Amino acid sequence: MGTKHKTPLLDDLEKGPFPSFVTEIKKAAEHSEYAQDLLGQLELSFKEKVTHWKHGGIVGVRGYGSGVIGRYSDVPEEFPGVAHFHTLRVNSPSGFFYSTKALREICEVWDKYGSGLTNMHGSTGDIILLGTKTENLEPVFAELSSRGWDLGGSGSAVRTPSCCVGQARCEWSNIDTMAITHDITHHYQDEMHRPAFPYKFKFKVAGCAIDCIASIARADMSIIGTWKGDIQIDQDEVKAYAAAGMDIQKEIVELCPTGCMSWDGSELKINNEDCNRCMHCIAKMAKALRPGPEKGATILLGSKAPIVTGALMSWVIVPFMKMEPPYEEFYDLVDRIWEWWDEYGKNRERIGELIERLGFPRFLKEVGIEPHPAMVKEPRRDPFFFWSEEDIEK
Amino acid sequence: MEREELKKIIYELVEKSMGKKKLKQSDILKKVSAEHGVDKGEVKAALRELMDAGKLIFTYFGGSYVEIPPKEE
Repeated sequence: MGTKHKTPLLDDLEKGPFPSFVTEIKKAAEHSEYAQDLLGQLELSFKEKVTHWKHGGIVGVRGYGSGVIGRYSDVPEEFPGVAHFHTLRVNSPSGFFYSTKALREICEVWDKYGSGLTNMHGSTGDIILLGTKTENLEPVFAELSSRGWDLGGSGSAVRTPSCCVGQARCEWSNIDTMAITHDITHHYQDEMHRPAFPYKFKFKVAGCAIDCIASIARADMSIIGTWKGDIQIDQDEVKAYAAAGMDIQKEIVELCPTGCMSWDGSELKINNEDCNRCMHCIAKMAKALRPGPEKGATILLGSKAPIVTGALMSWVIVPFMKMEPPYEEFYDLVDRIWEWWDEYGKNRERIGELIERLGFPRFLKEVGIEPHPAMVKEPRRDPFFFWSEEDIEK
Repeated sequence: MEREELKKIIYELVEKSMGKKKLKQSDILKKVSAEHGVDKGEVKAALRELMDAGKLIFTYFGGSYVEIPPKEE
């Protein structure tokens, strides 16, 4: 088939040692009309410095309001291959574990019905299948479904939950992130496929405070593995680290964010009451330090990227929750939060924005969450204390 | 309330709002539940049947809305 459009500007992006997206699209263009016209339209956009995509509208599969993102060209006469170029989000398995056979299946289906171009994974965590026509949506959905796949979330819905690899591959994970993510995915199937909220809602599950999936910045609700009780210390292993050249004072004690550690050259001491469980010392001295024995999760709420208003980071709403099946305490909390959001949230207002607008004390009171010092987000910057009438002794 | 009657109420609500205000699923649940004294869960189930039958669809214009599908030419 070959490329039918001249692309001097795009060709420039093939130079250099790293893989080029232009090269990949050109490979797809050898057998895909979509990819051919994608190159043409992109070249035009580069030339004119303006996008030629429109998105949204009326497109999807029957019964679902999520999983398909409508994408149209505004120059369809010039590039008919991308007149429709819809994106499909396919629900990824927990921790992004696939067999090579499963990936081949997905690729075969996509070569048959779509552009042959994929995005592993999109920033949402889904398998992204880039570019197909409206009339292909139902057939591709049927074929993916028959092989056990389902569409993920999009629009004002629960987005496909995602997590780090957790206990499947990591020694630090305090919770079974994969099982939790799998359970949340099944529990909220309706909320994922049928958008019912003021705006999107994302869950991300991290096994520990290192937070490899950056849940604290990327999820409306972040579930981060933690522990109760004292950090377990093996003093002989601490000494072994020191003997091997680690500067315990500089690399561990002085980098502790709460200053709760001390080292006299022979013994490492931790004031566990002041520890905020950041995992720094444990990650640096994995053989010497271990989290306490009682495992659970800290639940945080509110982060988002700056789409409608500015970016937010999540803040703590539950310092410690046991995360064990059937996760009743967790689902009860989520239901109460959603009810509040549904009642007061404006159109396209994320939960974090609503809390900022109405105030954290009101959120805690109406959702029924007990205040806790761990919820104070910026202790040195909060200029006011807010007291309710009943707090004041008259 | 009979399921079919509930579905008719929902459909008419969406129909009347077309061209004036885009309704979100939660708008429909709240309004029908409040005006007809029906549990939100029942309204949701009726809405889902309308969706599955293709009588109503979800659309996306910044947020997700419930609308009547365009007539095929």
